[in-house]
This record gives sequence, C-alpha cells and structure tokens, in this order.
Amino acid sequence: MKLLYKIIPWFFLALFGIEVIVVFMPKSESGLHIREFGRLPVLMNGRIQPMDSVGRNTLLQIRSTGDVPLELVPSWKFWHHAKKLKSSEWLLEVFFKPDLADTRPIFLIHHPELIDELNLGDKGIEKSGLRYYTFKEIEPVIAEIQKQGSKAASLEEKQKTAFHKQVLKLNNAVFVYQMMKASARPPSWNDFEKELASFKKTMAAGLEAMRGKEEGKSFDEALLKDFMVPMTEFFQLARDPNAGQSYPLVVPPTRADQKHEDWSNIGEGMIQSVRNSSVPPPIEYLATIASAYTQDRPAEFNTAVASYREWFLKEGFAVQVKKGNEEFFYNDTKAFVHAVIIYIAAFLLAATALLTLSSAPNFSESLRLSAYWLIILGGAVHTFGLVFRMYLESRPPVTNLYSSAVFIGWGAMIFGIFLERIYKLGIGSLMASLVGFVTLFIAHNLALGGDTMEMMRAVLDSNFWLATHVVTITMGYSATFAAGFLAVVYVFLGLLTPLLGKIPGGPGSTSTGPKLEIGKSLSKMVYAIICFATLFSFAGTVLGGIWADQSWGRFWGWDPKENGALLIVLWNAVILHARWGGLVRDRGLMNLAIFGNIITAFSWFGVNMLGIGLHSYGFMDAAFWWLILFIGTQAAIIGMGLLPMKFWRSFQLKNVNGGSSGKISSRSPSPAPAA
Amino acid sequence: MLDKFIDFWSSLRLTVVCLFAGLVLVFAGTIAQVDLGLYKAQNDFFRSFFVFWSPPGTGLKIPVFPGGYLVGGFLLINLISAHYKRFGFRRDKAGIVMVHLGLILLLIGQLATDMLSKESSMQLFEGESKNYSEDFRGNELVIIDQSDSEYDRVHAIPEYSLEKNKTISDPKLPFDVTLKKRWVNASLVQADSKTPQNAIKSGATEGLLKDALVVPAPSVTDMDGRNTPTALVELSKAGRTLGTFLVSSYTGADQPFTVDGKQFNIAMRFARHYYPFTLTLLKATHEKYKGTEIPKNFASRVKVRNSEKNEDRETVIYMNNPLRYSGSTFYQYQMSAGEMASSMGSAPSSTFQVVRNPGWLTPYFSTILISIGLLFQFGLHLVGFIKKRYV
Repeated sequence: MKLLYKIIPWFFLALFGIEVIVVFMPKSESGLHIREFGRLPVLMNGRIQPMDSVGRNTLLQIRSTGDVPLELVPSWKFWHHAKKLKSSEWLLEVFFKPDLADTRPIFLIHHPELIDELNLGDKGIEKSGLRYYTFKEIEPVIAEIQKQGSKAASLEEKQKTAFHKQVLKLNNAVFVYQMMKASARPPSWNDFEKELASFKKTMAAGLEAMRGKEEGKSFDEALLKDFMVPMTEFFQLARDPNAGQSYPLVVPPTRADQKHEDWSNIGEGMIQSVRNSSVPPPIEYLATIASAYTQDRPAEFNTAVASYREWFLKEGFAVQVKKGNEEFFYNDTKAFVHAVIIYIAAFLLAATALLTLSSAPNFSESLRLSAYWLIILGGAVHTFGLVFRMYLESRPPVTNLYSSAVFIGWGAMIFGIFLERIYKLGIGSLMASLVGFVTLFIAHNLALGGDTMEMMRAVLDSNFWLATHVVTITMGYSATFAAGFLAVVYVFLGLLTPLLGKIPGGPGSTSTGPKLEIGKSLSKMVYAIICFATLFSFAGTVLGGIWADQSWGRFWGWDPKENGALLIVLWNAVILHARWGGLVRDRGLMNLAIFGNIITAFSWFGVNMLGIGLHSYGFMDAAFWWLILFIGTQAAIIGMGLLPMKFWRSFQLKNVNGGSSGKISSRSPSPAPAA
Repeated sequence: MLDKFIDFWSSLRLTVVCLFAGLVLVFAGTIAQVDLGLYKAQNDFFRSFFVFWSPPGTGLKIPVFPGGYLVGGFLLINLISAHYKRFGFRRDKAGIVMVHLGLILLLIGQLATDMLSKESSMQLFEGESKNYSEDFRGNELVIIDQSDSEYDRVHAIPEYSLEKNKTISDPKLPFDVTLKKRWVNASLVQADSKTPQNAIKSGATEGLLKDALVVPAPSVTDMDGRNTPTALVELSKAGRTLGTFLVSSYTGADQPFTVDGKQFNIAMRFARHYYPFTLTLLKATHEKYKGTEIPKNFASRVKVRNSEKNEDRETVIYMNNPLRYSGSTFYQYQMSAGEMASSMGSAPSSTFQVVRNPGWLTPYFSTILISIGLLFQFGLHLVGFIKKRYV
C-alpha cells in the first residue's frame, strides 16, 4: 500500500509529462510538406508571421476553432481523435483549392433567428449545439447576409442585439474568407504555374501595346485585349485597401529601393513584374507551390517550398524565416491548451485529496502530492507559453487583454505553488489550478477576435512602462483573484465539510504541513495574499499615474480604468484595515476577499465595457453576460458565507463537542462531498 | 471628552468607513461618466464636498453622499491623528509610518494639482510659430487695440465673468462693452438654402459676422468636445451705441472696427496662455504599421526660441516623450500628417497638450516613500511568515 502511495504521484507526473514531451518532439512529414509551407513568412496585421498563423487566426475568427474537424465524433468518445484539417493545410486549400475549401463546414452560426432568416435550417452540420455551414451552403444567401450586415453596422453600439452581432460576425467572416481566397494567386488563374509562364511570354509585347495605345501610336489590339484581362484583375487587387489587414501580403520586397517591410499582394507584385519586365522569384515559387498543390505533385511542391525558403535566407530575410519557424513552433505546441488539461487534472486530484483528508490520510497525501507536481508541470508549460510569446513579440508579458488573462492565471499559479509548499493542504494547488484553468479559458475566448500579437499603438509602445506598470497591476489582479478564490474554497469547505476545524496529519499521516486548523491556515493564506495584492495593485496604480504623467501630462485623470485600479487598491486597504481594527474575523475576511473578486472582475473587464475614456481600446461586449454571471455567483457565495454558524458543518461539530478540534478530527465521520 | 474626540478621529473604524465611502464614490463616479461625461462626473463626484441629487422636475439639490474632498479630507485627518495617537516611532512600524506619510503627500499633492494645474493645447501647422496655447475649456472676449505700431494691446475678459446687460468700462478703452445676448454653445451658419430650422438671427448691426445665423446647441459633456460660446455685445460711448457685434468661439475670428480714428479688433476666442518663448513646428511625422491603421509613431520636430535666455534649439516631441520647458510640459496630443493630412488636402499639423503643474513631482516622491514603506513592512511580514511556517 505504502509503495502504491509513493507511485501514484510519479504515475501522474509521467503520464502528463510524456504527453508534453510528445508535443515538443520534432515531427517528420511524408507526402506534402505542409508544415514546411506553414512556416513560410508573410506580412499581415503589420507584422511578419508564418502562413500557419494567418490560417489559424482566420479560422479562429470564422469558425472559433484553430483547425477544421473532418469527421463527426460524438463528444463523449474523447479518446477517439477526429481527423482534422490543420490551419496550414486549410490555408493551402483556401489559397489553391478554393472549390474544395468551399465544401468545408467552417461558418459558425448559432443564432436560431438568423438560421431561420437565411433559410439554413435544413443545411449545415451540428456539433454540441453549434451549427457549421460550408461556403457552398451559404453562397446563395450572401447578398442577404450583406444586406443584413450593413443594416446592423449602421446601428449604434447600444442598439445592437445578439442577432445583429451574429450577423456582423458572419458578414465579416464571409468577407474575410472571400478575400483570403483571392490573395495568393490571381483569382482567375486556376493553374498558376502555367498561366504565369504564358503571361511572361506576352508581358513585354503587352506592355508595349499598352504604351502604344497611351501614346497614340499603332498597337496590336487583339494582343492588348488579352493582356488586359489579367492586368485588370491585378490593378484591382493592387488598389485594395484591405491588403495586409484581411489577408496577408505574400510577395516580399525584391527591389533594392524597397524597404524591408514593403511587402505587397499578388496583384501589386504582378504589376511590378510587368514594369520591370521580370517576375521576381517569390511569385515564381508561389506559382509552382500553387500548381503542384492543386495537381497533387508532392515532390515538386516540397522542392518549391524548400527553394523558396532558401531564397529567403539568401536574400537577407533570415530574421523573417526565423520568426516564421519560431511562431509556427509556438502555434504547434498549443502550450496553453496543454496547461489547461494538466490544471484540470490537478484540480480533480487536489479536490479529492482534500475530501479524503480524514478518511484516508495517506491516500489523500499521495493525491495531494500528485496535484502539486502536476501544478508544477502545468505551470512549467504555462510559463513556456508565456515566455515564448514574450520572446516572439519582444515585449513584456502583458500587451493586451488576451495576454493579461494568461498572466493573471500565471501569477495565481505562482502564488498557489508558494502556498502549497508551506501549507501542504492541497488548497494552494486547488486555487492555482482553478484560477489557471479559468483564466486560460477566458484567454482562449479572447483569442477568437483574431491575431493576439498585434502591433502596439504608439501611445502604448513603451516596453519600460509595459514591463513596470502593466506587469505590477496585473500581478495585483492576480493576487486579488488568488485571495478571492481561496476564500471561495473556505466558504465551500466550511459549509459542506467538517474540514475547517481539523488539524491535518493524524496518527500515521505522512503530511509534513503545519499543525494548524485548516480554517486558520486558510485565513493566514488569504491575509498574506491580500498583503501582496495591496502592494502590487498600489504600486501598479501609482506607476500607471506616472506613465500618464509622462505621456498625457496628468498623474490622475479619473479615467475609468484608473478608477478600476483604484477600486482594487481601496478594497484591499479596506480589508487590511478592517482586519487590523478587529472589525472582521476569519469569516468576514473571507467574505470581503470574495467581494474582491467582483471588484477585480469589474476593473479588468467591466470598465472596458463602459466604452469611455482613454483605456477603452479593449472594448468587447460578448463577455458582458459572463461578467454579470460571475458577479452573480460571487454574490451568491458571499450570501452563503453570511449564513449563521449553525449551518456550517465545520463549526457545527466544534460547537457540539466543545472540545479541542484535534479530538474531533479523529472522531468525525468521513466528509460528504456535497450535501 | 477630548479623548473620545481623538479616539473618533484616529480610529481604524473611521479609516475603514472612509475607504469604503471612497470605494463607493469612485465606483459611482466611474459609472456616471457614461451619462455625464468625464469632466462633469469628475466635478460632481470628486472635486466636490457633496454629491448632490436633484429629484427630477425640481430644482432641489439634495446632498446624498460625501464628495471627493470630504472623503479625502476625513482620511487625511484620520491618518494624521492616528499617527499622533498610536504610532510612536518604532522600528517595526517604520514602514507603516512611511506608507502613510507618502499617502498624505499624495493626497495633498493631488489637491494642489487640482487647484493649480492648467491644461491647454497648442496646434501648429508645419512652419508655424506660436508663443501661446489655447485653453481646453475657457473662452475670452478680447478687444485688441492696434493703434500702436509696435505692439497690440489685448484686453481680455474671461467668458465666465460676462453677465447679461452688465456694462464693462475700462479707462484704457474709449468705449464701454455690454453683453446683450449669449449662447453657451452654438455654431454659426450662413443664410442659404441649407440653413437648419433652428437657426436664428443674431441682431448684430456691425462686423464681419453681422449676417451670420446662430444655431444654438446643447452644452457639451464628453471629454473631447468643447463648447463654442457665442454672444451679442454692444459697444457704446457716453450712452450712445456704436453698434452691436456677434462674436463666437466657433470662428474665433477678429472683427476690425474703428473708434475715434483708432483701429480695434473684437473677437470671442479660446482663452490664451502666453509664454516668454516661441515654438515652431518644423516637421510632423505620422507613421502606421504596414497594411494597418495602427499608429506606429507620432513625432513632432520643433524649434524652441527664447530671446530672454538667448536660446534657440531643436528637439523632438513624441509619444511618451514630452518637452519640459520653463515650468510647462508639451505632450504630443493630436496629429494630422502623412496620408491623413494629404487626403484631407490640409497642411500637416501637430497639436500639443500643454500642462503647467507646479506640483507634478509630488506623486514621484510619495511613490518612492510608499513603495519603500510597503516593501519594508510586507518584507518583515513575509520573513516572519516563512520562518514560522518552517519551524
């Protein structure tokens, strides 16, 4: 038995450790080297990124997932890995096999009214209550979608209903998808390589005819007519204002007079080719890649991708190639998804450990250790994702709402590990896994807007202030949440289990934690974390003031986000002073700390929803109802925390027996998980 | 009795109540910004002793909650008396003393900033020079005496001190000025087919804006907007009218006229703050990231000329890098340059926010004090915490 308890933590660590190692192992490809293609650099959203990121972020915008499942597998068959179209391959299809891409179920519509309006009720596929449609299926109703879309766009923000928002999202998805289809090869050139070769032959003569017409000289009319068919298409593309925003710029600068960031789309690239009477190598490579892919010639595809890469390296784009490789690796590891999986496992283990604390102390200790080790493993993966992102962006960890969510979870994880090291109760792990899981889940949803590594606008472009003000203030959020969630654990344990009055480590226990009632330990933890929260949120707020003084000329402007930060500082100060003044004891402290969750959530998300002030750049609205829900649940938990003592299982026993809690723990029945 | 009094003022209970009141106030003041706009919410909630509520349909003002000054004042007294009463100097409490001293400094500094700081803006087109900035909110009625060939004599009357039908006399001016009508916010239009329905005749008899129509508008509440007050003023000499002028910050235009052979200009314009130096905009740069609308860089190359100090130098003002000069700070505020300016067919221009805040250093000092204090105190706590746990 003892041996088994020793093995359990190692078993869990090995199980999840191997999964992580597999993710990080280099992968080989047979057939088409699609991953190699996915690594190629392009310019979109003002930054160099790999093809894979383009596909991934576009799919997230359209389908709310990073890849496209190719078969329907019921959710309960979780062991069955459904075949998937990964982001790079999906992008290749959209670029070069548009007819096939049109049959992929990627357009997510979940508003029943909209489905009715568009007469799509009998089409599409359903998965977990969401309906996905192919482009083919919605093609007949595109005009209707556009009509509804422009109607919804003309409404004021306050008037927009869920229906309008869904219409706008769908309209944007259709638009982006169509732009993407026409962005890597001229839309009418189905066989890019062949068309390009014949165009090259007529290029010089065509240009001459064009000039001849302009200058009023004689020219070959039939030749000019043929020449102008593709040229008109190129001109249209070259003038497109959405280039680089809705779709990537795929042609790198090749002339000496161009700046390094002067990438262009395929239309502009072709016009330049005509002007210089030569097609630059990138377009030639793209043409070969396109035709080889369309006609399923893997060897040629692979050679073209490899030679294109070589060309980049030779022409001084080594940095861009490196960026492409590294960001591809980052996308491919999906570090935060793996961290979430590990956190969930750790949460279950830690919760079980707590609930079996008195009935099976040694088993409990074994699970607690497993949870602790998993938190460390999950934390390491989380840290890898966070640090790698920083490296990719050359930025401090928090640059937008998305990364703030990642960082808040990371901070809570660090606090949790620290507390677990000291108290050895499983409670630190419980909190770390809970906050880590929830914040990464929030981050995942925030990523659905598209690129999360966007360039920083001028006013925020200061690594010094991002590293000081933003990091400290986010650490303050993190600590306040950590304290709040510990307090939530306190309320649940207190009401539903007899644990709070117990001292861990009965006879024969292997636990080495402090010999203190669990309730008292929790109270100390919450108090300590609130001290941290006060320190960080105060320092962060003041640093923010100093940044504001540096960039706008005023230390404090009562801007909503500033006020939100101030609310957290004030609330933490209220908690500390109320405790020092003896106005609250353990239970009061917990309720105040839970209210801290509400204040922090308001400050983090709520003020962005007010849509006013200098900080409203993070405006988003779908999260509004989640915020209300969160505030509601926290208020309910505070309500539970206010229940009279006689309802608290932990304190009932104590009152009945009256004696020291140590005796009770040995006599009390095994705790029921929930009443 | 005195003890009880001191007990009250120094109690932690009062601290908690004040902090909590502050919390409620900040929350309410933030939410109120949605309807009132930042400026008004700030005045109503934070720069006041009480927050008032007017029951709809009545002119009553009922104080319903303590305002920022009251809460801040109570906290200040509470802090000071608590230190007087409770904390003698003890090494293990040194951190707390520092934190609170820093807080006192911060509160007083912010109060000073509130009272003393002035914000204004200076818009310059490329090549243009100015030695004044314009107030963000204040307006002034100016009468400019141009009779001296060397310099103009400017008589400025702040807009807020104008009262209807009150005559202003100045021995340096050969005439009196009387306000006949005023609109808190209005725009001016020409009488033509597109004239809006609510446009009204001003009744002016003289000046360039004689025929312009006034379109009254509600007072602006949002942070970036501003009122353009408009007024009808009568000039008179010894009880005899010289004519009425329509003046408005909407155009800010000077309107020339002559009295006793002397040249004058009259205008209503944004109140100006003059400086003993001149700024010239040499170049405005506005860059965006390729293929996006995300601004990458706003920068203004300016020349500073100060004849008093015999100074003439160039410098660059850009985001997060203001120019601090002779007690004022110039921040990059707005910009119309690059593609944006050329598409609108206007010359590149740059607008600076100019802040004069004698107390700008106080938050820096208080931050240092508080940070050291917090680190010291929580550091002590942390060491104790870890030691206790491991034993």
